[in-house]
Amino acid sequence: MLVDAENFSISEFLAQEREKDLLRFSTAGSVDDGKSTLIGRLLYDTQSVYEDQVKSIEGKGTTAPGQIDFALLTDGLRAEREQGITIDVAYRYFSTPRRKFIIADTPGHEQYTRNMATGSSTADATVVLIDAGKGVLVQSRRHAYIASLLRVRHLLVAVNKMDLIGYDQATFRTIELDFRKVLDQIAEDTGNPVDAIFVPVSALRGDNIVHKTNAMPWYTGPSLLELLEQLPRSQDTTSEPFRFPVQRVTRPDHTFRGFAGQIASGTVRPGDTITVQPSGRTALVERIVTWDGDLPIAHAPLSVTLVLDRELDISRGDLIGSTDQPSHLTNHVKASLVWMDQRPLELNRRYVLKHTSQIVPAVVASIDHRTNVATLAHEGAATLEMNSIGVVNLVLLRPAAFDRYALNRTTGAFILIDTETNGTVAAGMVTGTSHSSDSEESQDTGSWGPVTAGERESRWGHRGAILELTGPFSLIDSIERSLFTVGVVSIRLNPDAALFRADPALFQSVIDLQTKAGILAIIVRPGEPGILLARSEGQEIILEAGETMKAVSAIHQLLHRTGVFTSNEQAGL
Amino acid sequence: MPIAQPQSSSSRDPETQESPRLRLSHLKLLEAESIAIFREVASEFERPVMLYSVGKDSSVMLRLAQKAFFPGPIPFPLMHVDTGFKFAEMLTFRDEMARSIGAELLVWRNESAIAAGTNPIALDTKRCCGLLKTQALLDGLRHYNFDAAFGGARRDEEKSRAKERIYSFRDEAGQWDPKNQRPELWNLYNGRIHSGESIRVFPLSNWTEMDVWQYIHAENIPIVDLYFAKERPMFVRPLPGGQDMLLPIEQDFVARKGEKPQMVKSRLRSLGCTPCTGAIRSDATTLPEIIAELLQFRSSERANRIIDHDQEGSMEIKKREGYF
Ligand SMILES: Nc1nc2c(ncn2[C@@H]2O[C@H](COP(=O)(O)OP(=O)(O)O)[C@@H](O)[C@H]2O)c(=O)[nH]1
Ligand SMILES: [Mg+2]
Repeated sequence: MLVDAENFSISEFLAQEREKDLLRFSTAGSVDDGKSTLIGRLLYDTQSVYEDQVKSIEGKGTTAPGQIDFALLTDGLRAEREQGITIDVAYRYFSTPRRKFIIADTPGHEQYTRNMATGSSTADATVVLIDAGKGVLVQSRRHAYIASLLRVRHLLVAVNKMDLIGYDQATFRTIELDFRKVLDQIAEDTGNPVDAIFVPVSALRGDNIVHKTNAMPWYTGPSLLELLEQLPRSQDTTSEPFRFPVQRVTRPDHTFRGFAGQIASGTVRPGDTITVQPSGRTALVERIVTWDGDLPIAHAPLSVTLVLDRELDISRGDLIGSTDQPSHLTNHVKASLVWMDQRPLELNRRYVLKHTSQIVPAVVASIDHRTNVATLAHEGAATLEMNSIGVVNLVLLRPAAFDRYALNRTTGAFILIDTETNGTVAAGMVTGTSHSSDSEESQDTGSWGPVTAGERESRWGHRGAILELTGPFSLIDSIERSLFTVGVVSIRLNPDAALFRADPALFQSVIDLQTKAGILAIIVRPGEPGILLARSEGQEIILEAGETMKAVSAIHQLLHRTGVFTSNEQAGL
Repeated sequence: MPIAQPQSSSSRDPETQESPRLRLSHLKLLEAESIAIFREVASEFERPVMLYSVGKDSSVMLRLAQKAFFPGPIPFPLMHVDTGFKFAEMLTFRDEMARSIGAELLVWRNESAIAAGTNPIALDTKRCCGLLKTQALLDGLRHYNFDAAFGGARRDEEKSRAKERIYSFRDEAGQWDPKNQRPELWNLYNGRIHSGESIRVFPLSNWTEMDVWQYIHAENIPIVDLYFAKERPMFVRPLPGGQDMLLPIEQDFVARKGEKPQMVKSRLRSLGCTPCTGAIRSDATTLPEIIAELLQFRSSERANRIIDHDQEGSMEIKKREGYF
């Protein structure tokens, strides 16, 4: 970092540093467009690399003698230096008096497109490079598409290697015109607006990167770095609806019970009314606790601990959010999916979905289309291969609270994990609930005839719900028997049954039908010996399997607590 | 030693007090991200541990862990891998720190290698690190069956670290495969592992050396005195190019023939093993002076460590083998 030794005051410097904010940006562009060089140049010209680091790359690389190959400053893996390409995302850091920057330098090769998506997921801006000699390439379109899909708001389009085309203004203008057309089409497809700014640069020579040189007097705009310093942070979500995924229940002793998490969006104050999903219970925020003292107000993305004014059963994975503008609780999700694994997507295979702080088993029931990123055409598809992008419909084993990704980059995002390899196989962005749930729901209820859900509920004393029991089947038998004794209408379903294994989506539909009809669906699974795990309506309890009577009454209480039992009789109280 | 305690009622941080202010400083943003990582790991893993190396990064990690679980205690133990070549001040500081914050401290040493007299002069630095650090670390993790281990590594330290995920997957042998890392999107970390596999977690991934020092200053975090300049006995070894190298005198085998200790006003920029950590000449006795000095540095903090520049890419090789 630049320091003027003579007029330097450390206290002024520290004061200025306290004001500094943070901007994350990623790079994009085809192989050899000069991404790594550009970053190396940014680091070098802002004096963010040390002499020993420069020394270690002098005289190496692919540039002319005497010319430092700046790409070597970022290509950190041996294979990358040997092959002269970027394979994996590299994170680099630099700072100016105004801002600290985190750069995700991403690879340009098509087979590493998934890494490009990774780099964009947390970026406020993307710097897209275009080689002035080559113009807009397929990869430029692909990357702009991914940036837009992942909702990177600002694109800085650096038309690079201007030195090789004699700094020609007309070529620059043509590229700008071409690419703006592409960007308009992309924004239409993804639904996410893109703000693009074009800058002519030479990364190798340093023109318009940090400093404006006199190579292009016809360009009067700011340098790339000046633009980066001026961009608004798009992640500022202070005025959005409040969302707080619970990561942990903090309960050091019986006097304190708080919910720890990171605010995903919005603002919270003591006294605010909040609603917990999936339970739908409401409470007031009593305190916002941090190590540095209670806060009178907190907003995204602070990590805090909330204390509520009443005892609610809240566990990890629940979402505390705005009561007026709640998230959408659903188990039918429509989403854009970027497939990231060698092994292609398998319809109706069971994956696990990680969304905020929860993990839910899920299947992809159908694919609406695959997007050809080069032409933006929507193609029919039976699967998604590595690096392909499509819109799919997922069915989750239990409902989760989602927002559309276009509205919330945290509660609208998820990843899919392969249960065999544990690899992260896809990145998903929620676009809505899948029509199969909403529209069919009303049709289905319509075809059920005159007996309403309310009538069923008052006759049976409970509403339709799922009770998941994992443990010894002999104990589960006793539980089912005792529920029957108090008049519960239940059905026992084993997801491992051959019928359901062959078609997990069928399993889901059966459960949906049963619970909608007011029946208690008991999903049974064999578990570890000696333990019974019970889950209903987002609440989970673990019991010792040895003590049958205790376990049975704990289940009754669980169903009472979660509001599944609507009369006290069945709770055995 | 004074250990900072949380303020009881009113925050001394003007930023979050003032309402409603939209701009959070870069340190607040980094802090929020790191705290979220701590909470996620503590909830998702059965047996996490924090690798506590006593250095400045570990000191910051410890504070962040305290913040993450406040008002509760840190819900996992700290483990220090002791090579037998740690500065005495580090060990005193370590024990006092763990005691004062009430954390459980485990110390792991490769006793057989230490007993065999392993040192970086007799062996080379690479094999010495392999035995006293990497092997000890892997043995310690295996012994306690830890499935997640926090480390204080930062991506700005070294080129191969810049590639590392926040959740860095390790196979059964504790090894890292840089070409086959799990994609890491948003703040959705994939912590699923098969038994025997583990995850190294780097909550300070996005912090720079400057951030760490500013945070220590802003938060008043206790650090080992070796970071502050003082007259200390050193072996002074001239280097080509007119500079010299300062070697702390803790072990006499590092001395070459004819080298005699001299008193030099100096400090350590990063803490490693005594034979492999060079000191720097410095007058910085306060945190602002250290930060001011950092701004003038022309070389990276690891340049003072003998281990990293054995070989281009040596860090990557060590990490593949299981080093942090
Ligand atoms: N003449 C010229 N060459 C450049 C410029 N920027 C990058 N290059 C060269 O283009 C090649 C590819 O650059 P690199 O940064 O590795 O591209 P990446 O694949 O996008 O990271 C290297 O040989 C660079 O030296 C530029 O502005 N002008
Ligand atoms: Mg590159």
